[in-house]
Amino acid sequence: MRDNLIKYILGIADNSLILGQRLGELCGHGPNLETDIALTNISLDLLGQTRNYYQYIARLSGNNKTEDDIAFMRSEREYINVLLVEQPNDHFGYVIARQFYYDVFHYLLMQNLQNSSDETLAAIAKKGIKEVSYHLRFSSDWIKRLGDGTKESHQKIQEAIDDRWVYTNELFMKTEADELLINEGVGVNVLDFKEAYYQKVSQVLEEATLTVPDEKYYQKGGKEGIHSEHMGYILAELQYMQKSYPNLKW
Amino acid sequence: MSNKEIKNLEEIFNQRIARDEKIEPKDWMPEKYRKTHIRQISQHAHSEIVGMLPEGNWITRAPSLRRKVALLAKVQDEGGHGLYLYSAAETLGISREEMYEQLHTGKAKYSSIFNYPAVTWADMGAIGWLVDGAAIINQVALTTTSFGPYARAMVRICKEESFHQRQGFEILLSLCKGSEEQKAMAQDSLNRWWWPSLMMFGPKDEESPNTEQSMKWKLKRKSNDELRQQFVNQTVPQAKILGISIPDPDLKWNEEKQSYDFGKIDWDEFWQVVKGHGPCNKERMTARVGAWNQGTWVRDAAVAYAEKQANKNLNKAV
Amino acid sequence: MKKNWPLWEVFVRSKNGLEHRHFGSLHAADETMALENARDVYTRRSEGVSIWVVESKHITASNPQDNGELFEPAQDKVYRHPTFYKLPDELKHM
Repeated sequence: MRDNLIKYILGIADNSLILGQRLGELCGHGPNLETDIALTNISLDLLGQTRNYYQYIARLSGNNKTEDDIAFMRSEREYINVLLVEQPNDHFGYVIARQFYYDVFHYLLMQNLQNSSDETLAAIAKKGIKEVSYHLRFSSDWIKRLGDGTKESHQKIQEAIDDRWVYTNELFMKTEADELLINEGVGVNVLDFKEAYYQKVSQVLEEATLTVPDEKYYQKGGKEGIHSEHMGYILAELQYMQKSYPNLKW
Repeated sequence: MSNKEIKNLEEIFNQRIARDEKIEPKDWMPEKYRKTHIRQISQHAHSEIVGMLPEGNWITRAPSLRRKVALLAKVQDEGGHGLYLYSAAETLGISREEMYEQLHTGKAKYSSIFNYPAVTWADMGAIGWLVDGAAIINQVALTTTSFGPYARAMVRICKEESFHQRQGFEILLSLCKGSEEQKAMAQDSLNRWWWPSLMMFGPKDEESPNTEQSMKWKLKRKSNDELRQQFVNQTVPQAKILGISIPDPDLKWNEEKQSYDFGKIDWDEFWQVVKGHGPCNKERMTARVGAWNQGTWVRDAAVAYAEKQANKNLNKAV
Repeated sequence: MKKNWPLWEVFVRSKNGLEHRHFGSLHAADETMALENARDVYTRRSEGVSIWVVESKHITASNPQDNGELFEPAQDKVYRHPTFYKLPDELKHM
């Protein structure tokens, strides 16, 4: 039971970590100062949530484990974030498309997780939903600005929306831990809001004068620990200090 | 306006500053005051945003989650401080885009310290401790400068920056309490950042041509050398707490002066970096210009969208 | 195109019961973005509970050259201030 709970939490937390890390790459390189600062706020929210989850996992694990052991000391296969969040920043359109696809999901997930019978998870979700609501507002607004902006921006965001679409379905693939934890009343059944997800996504894209992709082939693997080629590089940076100087305090 | 009238206005203006009255953007001011302020405030703003780069370089590699969020928040603050300062300069009739243009073409300068590379994690400590430490000394003096918007920006910035230096010092403290390897990393970092930090206060007083006028306008409250001395005096005891040594064989307590004597600064290196030939000048500009140019289509899209929305609302109203 | 995001002034109420105070300015393409940017730039340390933004060009400001006629006439109207009225010391709290 404990191992499954840990696995379940990791399935949420790793997404926040890797997305937070990706956004962290952008700090100082945004299209202008205001947007730079806004993206960093989202990164900080996600990393804050990550810490809450990992601290909880550390408590569950015992053995004096810390949040940093969980964040930094695993092998690539042990990270179970979805492929979507590890996709590169390429250009601002890709940053916004990835964020938007994740935010819609994240919002619905937090909304449901508030009712978890696990008090710690419910508390994290209650705090998280306020942050995530803002993320969703931010990314939806940018989808509209880019979609209904200039010809160039329309084409660029459409390209990003199309390219990242194939990673959305993985959000709704249930793992073994999911199934077990749903039965316990702890976990959220993501299928309950799959329809709402695609409805919301379509609604914003249409408002943004964008075409909703109709591609039916999807990518998966992250939840099983089988990642894209990008993941190794993300971890090379993330774990650089821990791997170069093992067992030290910083 | 006749020359005599201008002279008269200038006289009144100088008296106002002497009485510690603040000058606000719409007040009459000598052209030179306006120009000098645009130059200094924008230079200060540029330093903040170029300053995001060496530290930004370590966000993805921070060794713990706690360090990662602290560093991220700190670098973000620098962006915020750049923003406050650009806004202050904008009240003088220059746009942010014009200031960027000056930065990107090399017409405007920024603090040379950011042309040094941040090559180890310890550098995050040294930058916070020394570079922010030096910046705070400069900035605290400026909270009472004569130009209102600049002074207000400085008050806000100083308030927010108080965590920056502590953050840096804490990083070094952890290293100095750690393994031999970590302590060596801290020492190496101090070795590389010490002298460039001293250079942050600018050339020696006798080679600083603008000092007298700037003092009169309270754009400078103490001379470069005074501030540098203050920095040395305050930093040496802090190094002792860390247990690492300042890389200056001539550093000695002077009982008579009640302050530290220190060695000669390599001014050739200073001028070399100022003139664009430091280790990272090119990289810093490439990063800034790149971010700005790659952002053009994004900024344009937002303007186009805003115009479309405004038209829609207008049509609805008709 | 070459059109820049306009400048906005930001006013923040730091807590209920207090007035909105001018906090600074920023750039944004429209009012929605101006509010979001103000939230992200000026309330990072929980400085506020309410934000106003107004595009800078909509602010009409008095001209410092008119300060004489605008503000000096008020200076000799001392009878508007309580200290103008001489009352006996026994009378407390009025």
